[in-house]
Amino acid sequence: MLDLVWLIPALPLAGFLIILVLGRRLGEPRSGYLATLMTGTAFVVTVGVFIDLLSKTTEERAHIKTIFTWLPVGNLKVDLAFLADPLSITMALFVTGIGSLIHLYSIGYMHGDPKFSKFFLYLNLFVFSMLMLVLGENMLVTFLGWEGVGTCSYLLISFWHTRESAATAGKKAFVTNRVGDWGFMVAMFFTFQAVGSLSYAPLNEAARSGSIAQSTATVIALMLFVGAVGKSAQLPLYLWLPDAMEGPTPVSALIHAATMVTAGVYLMVRTSPVLAIAAWHWAPWIVAGIGAATALYAATIAVAQNDIKKVLAYSTVSQLGYMFLAVGSGAYVAAIFHMITHAFFKALLFLGSGSVIHGMNGEQDMRKMGALRKLMPITGFTFIIGWLAIAGVPPFAGFWSKDEILLFAWDKSPILWGVGLVTALLTAYYMTRQVIMVFYGKARWDDHAAEHGAHGDTHPHESPWTMVTPLVVLAGLSVVGGAIQLPFSATTKRLESWLEPVIATSERPLKSGSEDIKWVLAGIAVLIGVAGIAGAYVVYSKKKVKAIEPAVLANAWYYDKTVSDFMGGPGRKSFEFIAWFDQRIIDGAVNGAGRMVQGAAGVVRKGQSGLVRTYAALIGLGAVLLIAWFVFRGVAQ
Amino acid sequence: MIVAVSAVLGQAEVATSRFPILSALILVPALGALIVATMSKRRPEWVKLTAVLFSVFVGAISVWMLASFKTGSSDFQMVSKHEWIHTWGISWHLGVDGISLFLVVLTGVLFPLAIIGADPHHDEKPYLAWLLLLEAGVMGSFLSLDLFLFFVFFEIVLVPMYFLIGGWGYDKRIYAATKFFLYTMIGSAFMLVGIIATVFLARGAVGHVTFDLVELATKSNFAASTGRWLFFAFAIAFAVKVPMFPLHTWLPDAHTQAPTAGSVVLAGVMLKLGTYGFLRFGIYLFPQAARNSRAIFLTLAVIGILYGAIAATMQKDLKRLVAYSSIAHLGFIVLGIFALTSQSITGGVLQMINHGVSTGALFLLVGMIYERRHTREISALKGLQKVAPVFAAVFTIVMLSSIGVPGLNGFVGEFLVLIGSFLTARWWTVVAASGVILAALYLLWAYQRVFHGEPDEDNKSFAELHWKEGMVLLPFIAAIVFAGVYPKPMLDRIQPSVKALISHVSDKTGYVDPQPASKTGEAQP
Repeated sequence: MLDLVWLIPALPLAGFLIILVLGRRLGEPRSGYLATLMTGTAFVVTVGVFIDLLSKTTEERAHIKTIFTWLPVGNLKVDLAFLADPLSITMALFVTGIGSLIHLYSIGYMHGDPKFSKFFLYLNLFVFSMLMLVLGENMLVTFLGWEGVGTCSYLLISFWHTRESAATAGKKAFVTNRVGDWGFMVAMFFTFQAVGSLSYAPLNEAARSGSIAQSTATVIALMLFVGAVGKSAQLPLYLWLPDAMEGPTPVSALIHAATMVTAGVYLMVRTSPVLAIAAWHWAPWIVAGIGAATALYAATIAVAQNDIKKVLAYSTVSQLGYMFLAVGSGAYVAAIFHMITHAFFKALLFLGSGSVIHGMNGEQDMRKMGALRKLMPITGFTFIIGWLAIAGVPPFAGFWSKDEILLFAWDKSPILWGVGLVTALLTAYYMTRQVIMVFYGKARWDDHAAEHGAHGDTHPHESPWTMVTPLVVLAGLSVVGGAIQLPFSATTKRLESWLEPVIATSERPLKSGSEDIKWVLAGIAVLIGVAGIAGAYVVYSKKKVKAIEPAVLANAWYYDKTVSDFMGGPGRKSFEFIAWFDQRIIDGAVNGAGRMVQGAAGVVRKGQSGLVRTYAALIGLGAVLLIAWFVFRGVAQ
Repeated sequence: MIVAVSAVLGQAEVATSRFPILSALILVPALGALIVATMSKRRPEWVKLTAVLFSVFVGAISVWMLASFKTGSSDFQMVSKHEWIHTWGISWHLGVDGISLFLVVLTGVLFPLAIIGADPHHDEKPYLAWLLLLEAGVMGSFLSLDLFLFFVFFEIVLVPMYFLIGGWGYDKRIYAATKFFLYTMIGSAFMLVGIIATVFLARGAVGHVTFDLVELATKSNFAASTGRWLFFAFAIAFAVKVPMFPLHTWLPDAHTQAPTAGSVVLAGVMLKLGTYGFLRFGIYLFPQAARNSRAIFLTLAVIGILYGAIAATMQKDLKRLVAYSSIAHLGFIVLGIFALTSQSITGGVLQMINHGVSTGALFLLVGMIYERRHTREISALKGLQKVAPVFAAVFTIVMLSSIGVPGLNGFVGEFLVLIGSFLTARWWTVVAASGVILAALYLLWAYQRVFHGEPDEDNKSFAELHWKEGMVLLPFIAAIVFAGVYPKPMLDRIQPSVKALISHVSDKTGYVDPQPASKTGEAQP
C-alpha cells in the first residue's frame, strides 16, 4: 500500500485531466460528482497508506517512492518523488478528507453557475497541487505544489473575473505570494550549496548531526520563513488574504482557511531540525514574535468587521499566527495539532457562512442578517459548534490545541503567553459577536429591503443536502477532534507519538515548572474565553454597553491602504520614471547619436530610409556573390 | 531480432553520416527562398503552399537530426567540412552539439508555425521568400564552426529581417527597421574586426592562418590584454543582439513594428544568436577574458532582469510589453552563462529554448488579438475572457509559463540558471531571483486589463479561438508542458557539451567548476 502513495495526487490530477477534456460534455452536476469522487478516492487511498504506515515500526515509517528523475544536472539531482511519513500522511489525510467534503458542498453552492465544470477543474487541480506540496520528498516538488496552489488560488479568487474587485484580488494574492516564493527559492539555493541536495532527509540530517554551519542553518530557516509568511498570510504580507474572500466561499474554506494557507506551517515543521539549530534562538524568536504579533493584530481587526467572510478571514490570519507562535516556541506537534483542529472548525465556519450567504441570496453584510437560527436550523446549529470550538470552550477541539500552544508559549516567555491570551479573549469576543449578529436577535434583512432593489424579498432558507452534510461531518470533527492529542498522559498524546520520528530532535522540551502549572494555565485560558463570550453577549445581545468598533480597526489599521497608496503613488511613479528614462535617456542617446552621424554625413532628412535600404540590399547581394564565389572555388578545387 | 534492429540502426547511422544533413538545413530553405522568389505572383496560394512545404521539410530534417543525435557525447556531430579558400584557412565547416542542438530544432519547427500562423496581408511572395532566406541564415549561424562562415550568416540574417520589418510592419516600421539594422550592423562591425584580428594574432600559436573555430579555440593562446580586447569586440556584437542593457532599445521598436511572424522569429531564435554567440565564440575562444570580465556581464544581466521587468510593467502596448519581458528573460540566460557552472549554463541553454517557445506563442497570440481588434493597446481591450474563454485559457498557460510556474517549461531553465549561478555569483543571484516577483506583476496586470472585467462594446464580438489557430498553438502548449514536466531528455543532450565547454575553460585558465558540499559536508556562507 505504501508504494501506492503516488496514487494520492494522481487521482485528482486524473480528475483535472478528464474535466479538462470532457468538462463541457459532463456539465452540471456530473463534473462535480466526478471531481468529488476523485478526491474521495484519494482520501480512501490515503487512509490505506496511513494504516500501512501504522503497522510499521517507528523507525520504518518513512517511505520514498520515486517516479522519475526531474532535474538531473551535474551534481544536482532532483527526483519527482514522494515521501510517505507520519507528517506528510497526516497532512494528506486532512487535505483529501476536508477536500472531499468541500467538493461535495460545492456541488450545491455552485449550482447554476455557468462555469460549473471549470470550478471543479480548478478545484481538482488545487487538490493535486496541495498533495504535491505535502507529499514531496524534496523542496522542489514541494515548491511545484507551492506554486501550483498559488496559481489555483489566483484562478479561483478571480473566478468571477468580470467583477473588477475579484480580478484585482486574484492578482494581488499571486504577486504578494511571489514575494514569499523568492524567500523559498533563496532557501533552496543555500540548501543546495550547503548539502548538495534539495531532499529533506539530507538537510534535516545535516542539521541534526550539526554538520551544517549554524549561520547557514539560520539563513535557510529564515528564508523558508519568508516563504511561509507569504503563503500563510503573516505580517507584513498578509494583505492578500482578506481580499481573497472575493472568491466563491468553498474556495475560501478549502484554500484560504483549511489547507493552502497552512502550507507555511507545514514547511517549517518539515524542516524543523534546521530551525532548531538556527543561531542561538533568535531565529525562532523572530518566528514566534511575528506569529504572536499577527495573531493579536488580526484579532483586533476582526472585532470591527461587518462582512461575514471578512471576520473569518481575519480570524484565519490570527489563528495562523497562533500556529507560528507554536513553531517559534518549538512546539511543532502543537502547531500541527492546531492546524488540524483549525481546519475542522474554520472550514465549518466558512462553509456555514457560505450556507448563510446562499440562503440570503448573496448578502454578506452581517448588519442585514439576524435570527437566522430558526430559518436555517442545521447551519445555525453547526455554526454554533464551530464557534464554541474556536472560542476555546472545553471539550471542543479548539480548546485542546490552543491550550497546548499557550503552554509552550508560556514556557518560552510569559510575554508571548500574554499576547496569546489577549488574542484568545478577542477571538471569543468577535466570534460571539458574529454568532449573535447572524443567528440571534432581531431579523434585520427586511429593514434594508428598499435599498436592495432586485433581491429585496429575502426569504432565508436552509441549504440542500450536498451543502448540509459536510457541515454536519465537520461539526462532529470539531467536537471530537481534540481527542487525537489529549494532555493527560503520554498515551493520550497520540499525535505526539505518531509524529515523533519527524520532530523528535527538534521539539523543545518543556521546563518542569511549566509542566506543573499546565492545568492552572488551562483554567486561565478557559476563563478568558468565557470572559470574551460574556463581553460580546453584553454588548451585542443585551446591548448594555456600546460596541467599540473604531474606524481604525474597521479599516485594518490603514495598513492595506498605506501599502496601496504607496504602490499606486511613489511606487508607480518610480516605475514610470524607469520607463521614461528608458525612452528619453537611453533610447534618446541612441537616436541622438544616430542624428549626429547623419548630420556629419550631410544627409539630414535626405532619404534616411532609402540609404539603409540600399545598404541592406548591397549586403544581401554581396553575401550572395560571396557565397557564389566560394561555391565556385570549392567546385573548382 | 535485436541484431536486426541494431543492424538497421547501424545502417541508418551510416546513411546519416553520409547525407549532409546540416548542409541541407541551410541549403533547403535557401533553395526554397529562391524558388518562391521566382514563382509567378498570380497564384499566391501556390506560393504559400511551396513556402509551407519547404519550411515543413526543413522542420522534418531538423527533427531527423535530433533523432540521430548521439546523447551523451560532447563532440560536434554530423560534421560537414569542405575546404574553400585554402590560403585563408576558410572552410564550410558545420557541426552540431548539445548547445546548438535544440536551437536548430527550435528554428526548424518555429518557422513553419510562424509561416502558417500569421498572414502578411499583402505581397506574400517576397514576404515568404525573405522568411525562408532568414531561416537559412539563422540555421547557418547556429551550425557554423568557421568564424568567417559564421560572420557571413550572422550578417545575412539582418537583411531579410530588415525587409520584413520595413515591408510588412506597422506604422513606424521604417524607423524601427532602420534602427534595428544600423544598431546590429555597428555591433557586427566590431565583431568583424575582432574576427580578423583573432585569426591573424593567433597565427603564431596555431601555425597557420585559419578561421576554424575549434582549431583556434584549442590552439590559440592570447595574452591577457589582447584576449580582453578581442573578447570585447565579439561581446559588443552579441550584447547588442541579446540585447543586454543598455544596448537594448532597438528591440522594443523592432518587435512592436515587425509583422507577427517577424516578432516570433526575432524573439524565438534571433535573440539567441547573441547568447549562443557568447557561449560558442566568446567563452570558447577567450575563456580567460570572459572570466575576468564576468562582473560586468553579471551586473548588466541582473540590471536587465529588473529593468526590463519594470519597464514592461509600464508599457501600454502588448507587444512592447512582451518585448521588454524578453530583455528580462534574456538577462537570466546571460547571468547563467557568465556564472559558468554546469547547472547555470545548462539552464541558460534550456532557457533559450523555453523563451523561444513561450515568447513565440505570446507573439502569435498578440498577433491574433491584433487581427481581430486592429489594436494592441492594452487600454482598448477588455473582458476578452468572457467572450473567448478558450483563447484566454491558452493565453493563461503561456503566461504562466513565462512567469515561471513550476510544471511548465519556463521554470526549469530559470531555476537551473539561478541555483547554478548561486554557487559562483551569490549576491547577483539573490537579486536576480526577485525578478520572478516582477514577472508575475507585469503579466498578471496586463492579463487583468485585457481579459478580465466585463467586455465593452468594442470587445463584445471578439472571436473565439479558431481551430486552425488552435492547431498552430497546440505544439507550443505541448512543448511548454513537456519541457516543464520531463526536461531530462533535453538536459541529457545539452549537458555533455556544457561540461566540455567548462572543462575547456578549466584547461585554459585553471578555473574549477564549483561543487556544492557533499551531503554532510561543510558550508561556506
